[in-house]
Amino acid sequence: MKPSRLSARPATMLKRWQLGRRAVIALPLVWLTLFFLLPFALVLKISLSEAAIAIPPYGPLLEYADQTLHVFLNLGNYLFLLSDSLYIAAYWGSVKTAFIATAACLLLGYPMAYAMARASARWQLLLLLLVMLPSWTSFLIRVYAWMGILSNNGLINNLLIGLGLIDTPLRMMNTQFAVTIGIVYAYLPFMVLPLYAHLTRMDNSLLEAASDLGSRKLNTFIKVTLPLSMGGIVAGSMLVFIPAVGEFVIPELLGGPDTLMIGKVLWEEFFLNRDWPVASALAMVMLLLLLVPIVWFHRYQSRELE
Amino acid sequence: MMRTLRRFNFSTVMLVLGLLFLYLPMVVLVVYSFNASKLVTVWAGFSTQWYGELFRDQQILSAVWTSLRIAFFAASMAVCLGTVAAFVMTRFGHFRGKTALSSMVTAPLVMPEVITGLSLLLLFVQMAQITGWPADRGMATIWIAHTTFCSAYVAVVVAARLREVDHSIEEAAMDLGSPPLKTFFSITLPIITPALVAGWLLAFTLSLDDLVIASFVSGPGANTLPMVVFSSVRMGVSPKINALATLIILTVSLATLLAWFFMRRSETKRGAALQEAALHDD
Repeated sequence: MKPSRLSARPATMLKRWQLGRRAVIALPLVWLTLFFLLPFALVLKISLSEAAIAIPPYGPLLEYADQTLHVFLNLGNYLFLLSDSLYIAAYWGSVKTAFIATAACLLLGYPMAYAMARASARWQLLLLLLVMLPSWTSFLIRVYAWMGILSNNGLINNLLIGLGLIDTPLRMMNTQFAVTIGIVYAYLPFMVLPLYAHLTRMDNSLLEAASDLGSRKLNTFIKVTLPLSMGGIVAGSMLVFIPAVGEFVIPELLGGPDTLMIGKVLWEEFFLNRDWPVASALAMVMLLLLLVPIVWFHRYQSRELE
Repeated sequence: MMRTLRRFNFSTVMLVLGLLFLYLPMVVLVVYSFNASKLVTVWAGFSTQWYGELFRDQQILSAVWTSLRIAFFAASMAVCLGTVAAFVMTRFGHFRGKTALSSMVTAPLVMPEVITGLSLLLLFVQMAQITGWPADRGMATIWIAHTTFCSAYVAVVVAARLREVDHSIEEAAMDLGSPPLKTFFSITLPIITPALVAGWLLAFTLSLDDLVIASFVSGPGANTLPMVVFSSVRMGVSPKINALATLIILTVSLATLLAWFFMRRSETKRGAALQEAALHDD
């Protein structure tokens, strides 16, 4: 809809179209501002208020009394997070677990996406559907599957004991190992998809040119394929890392007391302790930690959108 | 020739291993749903009793109905919003607020669910204080929450399709005097319909699957299926959940098979049409 195309129309019509254009832009902009952006401002606000035994359980930020406006800005919740080593340990545990799981997803997902992109056209569609199908079933149930596999009387232990390889069951459930496996399992399709999209779009003549010029396979991979698929690596890694940092279901079902993760701590502060201000402060700090990865992801994604 | 020789290389082996990793746990779920024993991991013969128990569980059945309704309405609204957002971002050139819009479209894709859930709950609580609505949280609040994050996924899917579509057809229609709205409905919409269907299905499964956000914004009235499953799974493994998992896997597999069949058929058709066109050119 370039202006030049419209200039031939009468002015009133142009005006109407301009109005329509603005209305069309406003629709998603207003919805997302109201239900996505504004809520974050509220999280910030509540994180600065004081917990109170009330409904809702927090004190006011502004109060008009004795003809003066009182502003209560309370940094206590943030100081509280710093003072208790539990929270710092939970943040560290989340970032560490998410990082290991992302690396594992990349190491497994890259060769998978590479093989898919190299398959014949008939196979490509089938393989793509096969990789994505699990993510369309149910996240909860796929995590649940590992409870039956990893537990002390679970499938792996029964198998190993049956084969006579071990006498006492290996403790795998409620460990760091179980949480990492769960994240890799749940998020692997989201790593493969963007990698595949980038690898399949790659111009094969570049690889041929490299090989014609005498480059060896590994060299070609490092110097041509890898840089060209960088967008896929970033997008896939961020699609795994960022949600994994805030993951609640997986540490709740597969983790134990020694696998602290911030998503679970936030959930417990909110639902068990009913301390909304501390839960909000936890969310704000998590958002701050994830700001750089989110902006990084956005920059790659917005290039795709336009 | 090179392709067949390269078939058994490192990446192919990894692909097979990766697919086994993805599918073996689901196969285990399905197999043990037919186990006669209450202990999920001890095989005690074939039985379909857990399916019977599943269909007698009123709590699960009513949760399925609640979830399906929310998912249907959330997916439908998300397709409308997401399509408009995608169209605005791919076809409108530059406008004020574009950066804000594109950030708000991509951010929900990666935003940790606990943050989205908490922030939306705080919004609903604040809204109830100021406007009196929503007095009770339940299906309506879950619908709004799901619509918001699902429309981001729809926007990405539809924008990908809009970028592929030849812009010149739309421009030709406009040059011939078709107003923008009519051009959109008679030219653009039919072309991007496959993406709308894909986006709707994706939004539908995302909404059906969500536990964390729904738990935050729901009230005592509405229990979705993931909420019921979660409270049961927390207590440990249960063969009834295995039966439910089997039904979900079966449904999704059949739908995927159907989609694959149609996509292949349309691909073959397109290939044939292209060949014919090439023949007529000569």
